Amino acid sequence: MAQEPLSKTEVEAVASLAKLTLQPEEAASMTEQLAKIFDLVNTLAEVDTTGVKPTYSPSDVQNVLRADVAVDAQQATALLANAPEREGDLIKVPAIIDEGADK
Amino acid sequence: MNFFKTDLETLHAQLVAKELTVEELVTATLDNIAKIDSKYQAFITVMDESALAQARALDERGVDPDEILSGIPYGIKDNLVTKGVLTTAASRMLANFVPIYDATVVANLKKHGAIGVGKLNMDEFAMGSTTETSYFQETKNAWDQTKVPGGSSGGSAVAVATGQVPFALGTDTGGSVRQPAAFNGIVGMKPTYGRISRFGAIAFGSSFDQVGILTRTVKDNAYVLAAAAGHDDQDQTSSDRPVPDYAAQLTTDLSGLKVAVPSEYFGAGVDKNVQATVKAAINQLVKLGASVDTVSLPHTKYGVAAYYILASSEASSNLQRFDGIRYGYRASDAKTLEEVYVQSRSQGFGPEVKRRIMLGTYSLSAGSYDAFFKKAAQVRTLMIEDFQRVFADYDIIVAPTAPNVAYDFGQNTDDPEVTYMNDALTIPVNMAGLPAMSINAGFVNGLPVGMQLIGAAFAEATLYQVGYAFEQATKLYEQIPGGEH
Repeated sequence: MAQEPLSKTEVEAVASLAKLTLQPEEAASMTEQLAKIFDLVNTLAEVDTTGVKPTYSPSDVQNVLRADVAVDAQQATALLANAPEREGDLIKVPAIIDEGADK
Repeated sequence: MNFFKTDLETLHAQLVAKELTVEELVTATLDNIAKIDSKYQAFITVMDESALAQARALDERGVDPDEILSGIPYGIKDNLVTKGVLTTAASRMLANFVPIYDATVVANLKKHGAIGVGKLNMDEFAMGSTTETSYFQETKNAWDQTKVPGGSSGGSAVAVATGQVPFALGTDTGGSVRQPAAFNGIVGMKPTYGRISRFGAIAFGSSFDQVGILTRTVKDNAYVLAAAAGHDDQDQTSSDRPVPDYAAQLTTDLSGLKVAVPSEYFGAGVDKNVQATVKAAINQLVKLGASVDTVSLPHTKYGVAAYYILASSEASSNLQRFDGIRYGYRASDAKTLEEVYVQSRSQGFGPEVKRRIMLGTYSLSAGSYDAFFKKAAQVRTLMIEDFQRVFADYDIIVAPTAPNVAYDFGQNTDDPEVTYMNDALTIPVNMAGLPAMSINAGFVNGLPVGMQLIGAAFAEATLYQVGYAFEQATKLYEQIPGGEH
């Protein structure tokens, strides 16, 4: 079953799922490029995969367990140094709920 | 000083005999980088201070005569995190990111005395085959500065090929160590999935990613892998199999070696001159005692499509962590939390990264999961079975690394389908998690051609043996780019 190319609207919907926003010209070129990639992907339909088990990892390692030990890495200050915005030992972010909307 | 004519054994002997102190070696390495790298732009960050401090401490303690990497400078791809040293993955997203720990592979090499001298340019988040998707700079091919260096570990390959460092670390998700090694005429090893810990390697496609090693010679590569590999409690996919002494097992006699040559790797789309060069190299293996048969890996042509679905799906998941909150780029104009996520990601990621996140997000979405993600994972199984059939009868697979030699900048960026086909010969190995190494097989129009040696899982020793025998017979590593040195 061939995958139809996505419309610009569908491309924008995927972008929204991925927490991306596309500029108009970006959305147009993305639509075109994804269509080309879909052409490539459609070749997989030629392969008979009836009854074939999917492989999600090539590793033969399974279910590795270790002791559940808490470690204090003493790295909080160094970690916080990478935060884009801080207030004391806290990472600052904009409001999650727009208070204006409830009024 | 440069490293065109000094291998690790020579350097080690000089350090042990105190003909050279570690500080002198590191200073000369840094001076050379300062002198010539503006021409190649392999380095994003040079680690002057930490490298010199480590060198002085080692001189004080004394170079370990039993440790070949003791005091040896090297370069690190910029998607391997380094404590206190800027680590960008060549992305605007991480342009100001300073990690708080060393990747296990970096820590392992440090334990063996190796000294990181800088962080190397790459395609953004390792997505690309030319290093052109880097947010920062355009790295030039060592042999011709008008050509791409390959990618994504382009900086790593060029730093080694231009003699700036004796070895470098890269990562290989779909060919990112082997293809730039091929384009720059050096040795690039992608070990078996799980052979080297990936703790601290910025994740791209987690069922594919593997740290790899780039060197001028096979023996140097063997030494570095032995130090880099091993189980790590921090990476549950890392293998606990013992790490062999690869360098001690090298041989120049290939009697009894059974070589398989897959016809699909010499098909349309693979440059005729590249084919001829690799075939001549295979004849050289026969002269050294190997027997050769043509075999088939029938699902090879589906590798690119299946890979781009699977690796992009994994990337779309892995890259969710970049949200502008705890570290990395945050858009300055974002007013709400949602805007922080969306604006930071949209401004922080480049076009190729966005394209793969989009493809991955779509492939994993409810309506397309079966037709895309599951189908690709089933094709992956068939590709693994192709390899298993061949390795039941043969010791090694030999093929070209890339369908062409290094090409001009700006060639394929508009058509992802064409660009992605450049990886057609390296991707199958990552699909199956196998080890593979690219080694210089000769030149076409003055540009190096890579020969790819593919082994069964954990058969790195075989790849080194074959590569070493070929290298000793041809001495191609003695040819130096530019010939001016």
